[in-house]
Amino acid sequence: MQCPKCGAPMQTFNRNGVQIEQCGGCRGIFLDYGELESLTRLESQWQQPPGPPPAAPYGQQGHAPPQAYPAAPAWGAQHHGKHGHHGHHKHGHKRGFGHMLFSS
Amino acid sequence: MRTIVCRPLRSLHESAPPHESLGGTVPTTPTLTARLCALVEEAAGPRPTQSAAPAPVVLADRPDGTVVAFGGLVAKAHPPATDAGTADLTVRLRVAAHPRLAGIMLAPLAPGGLPAERTRDVRPLRLDGDRPATLWPRGVPVDPDAPGSAPWQEAGALLAGLHSVPPDALSAQLPGPLPAMRGPAKAARAVGRMRAALGRGAAAPALVAASGAAEAAWATLPAWCRNEEPPEPSRTGTLCHGDFHLGQLVRQPGTGGVWQLIDVDDLGLGDPAWDLARPAAWYAAGLLPTASWNTFLGAYQAGSGTAHLDPWPRLDAPARTLTVQTAALAVAKAHAAGRSLDEAESACVDACGRIVAAAAPGQPDETGLRLDLP
Repeated sequence: MQCPKCGAPMQTFNRNGVQIEQCGGCRGIFLDYGELESLTRLESQWQQPPGPPPAAPYGQQGHAPPQAYPAAPAWGAQHHGKHGHHGHHKHGHKRGFGHMLFSS
Repeated sequence: MRTIVCRPLRSLHESAPPHESLGGTVPTTPTLTARLCALVEEAAGPRPTQSAAPAPVVLADRPDGTVVAFGGLVAKAHPPATDAGTADLTVRLRVAAHPRLAGIMLAPLAPGGLPAERTRDVRPLRLDGDRPATLWPRGVPVDPDAPGSAPWQEAGALLAGLHSVPPDALSAQLPGPLPAMRGPAKAARAVGRMRAALGRGAAAPALVAASGAAEAAWATLPAWCRNEEPPEPSRTGTLCHGDFHLGQLVRQPGTGGVWQLIDVDDLGLGDPAWDLARPAAWYAAGLLPTASWNTFLGAYQAGSGTAHLDPWPRLDAPARTLTVQTAALAVAKAHAAGRSLDEAESACVDACGRIVAAAAPGQPDETGLRLDLP
């Protein structure tokens, strides 16, 4: 993606689960529709501890798309593709994960 | 009720598979295993013919639990426990035996292997002085060679069902107060185990670096996650499993093959997010495929009426904790075994590094910007 201001290539970053494009030249930021609101919401959540899971809903319940919240935490790994591609290992799992699934 | 006679088994050592001794742990004494075998054999009733009868099979042998199967029963020796610990285990057993948990958690058997018709029949036996032992129907676990076919949907639904059980509905039939869920205690123990392991012999530089990442991520966690403070009351009102992973699911032919949760050792009152936090940690580490995570989370949210809620504000701290716990145990086991970390373990250490980077106060994040939003 090219920066609309200076034309340099933009890189995608993940902030609190929100995809952000930043220009490698002028450092400008591009947000998709609704992402600024998502970030605002996340910032306010950090400032006050959340209640129990079925607590007051945030986002526009009833009007929200199936997943209106970020799909991963800020420290989450990038998942490549929607089908869990992790290279050429058996079951698509990283070596050792099969054992980890079953241990405390 | 039959009398439990503990006696040594002739064929145990020929028939048992090699004990699974996980890094740095002390294998259970043969005496305990033999006594457990005798317990389950006795509960299973007399053999048709001594010569053709199979021998008990050791399914697991770790300091935190030895499990022996015989016929349709298993016997488990729990970790050494004081009287207070045994009292807590009795409460946990009676929770699993309670009708409200039917179809959610596997119900234990009464001593002697009889069905526990009334929850008051259920209590642990004592083996070797301080090892409580319990009897269970034998179930079929998730196939460890086919984790891709794991029942994520059922797992999410079962945890939602467990969390929906009101603790007050159980308390009248319990012999004592419900103890706390032991998740944070296990996390703290894992970090302690890493520290102790690295204190024994020179550690490989890569493991020292990994332990540094785990320690730094540990330092970002709230005190309650590190078991240093009790959780606030809003995080102690839910009946939780406390140690969910795929090894905690079994299916029983007798109940139509439905999946149920097993292992009451860490069960108790706590934050329901903890039970989702291990799969969440795997997902955030890039290990659990997105589709599996979405199936698990979707089933949980559908079952708990929390669809459309963002789970991450509540999940974040427990998921970070389980990431550190997994990394710390990996370092401890790798150091004890003189090996390096495998790919999955390395992914958890990498996630610890990202946790530290994301938590650094006042530091620019990876985009190099600070958003000062109203």
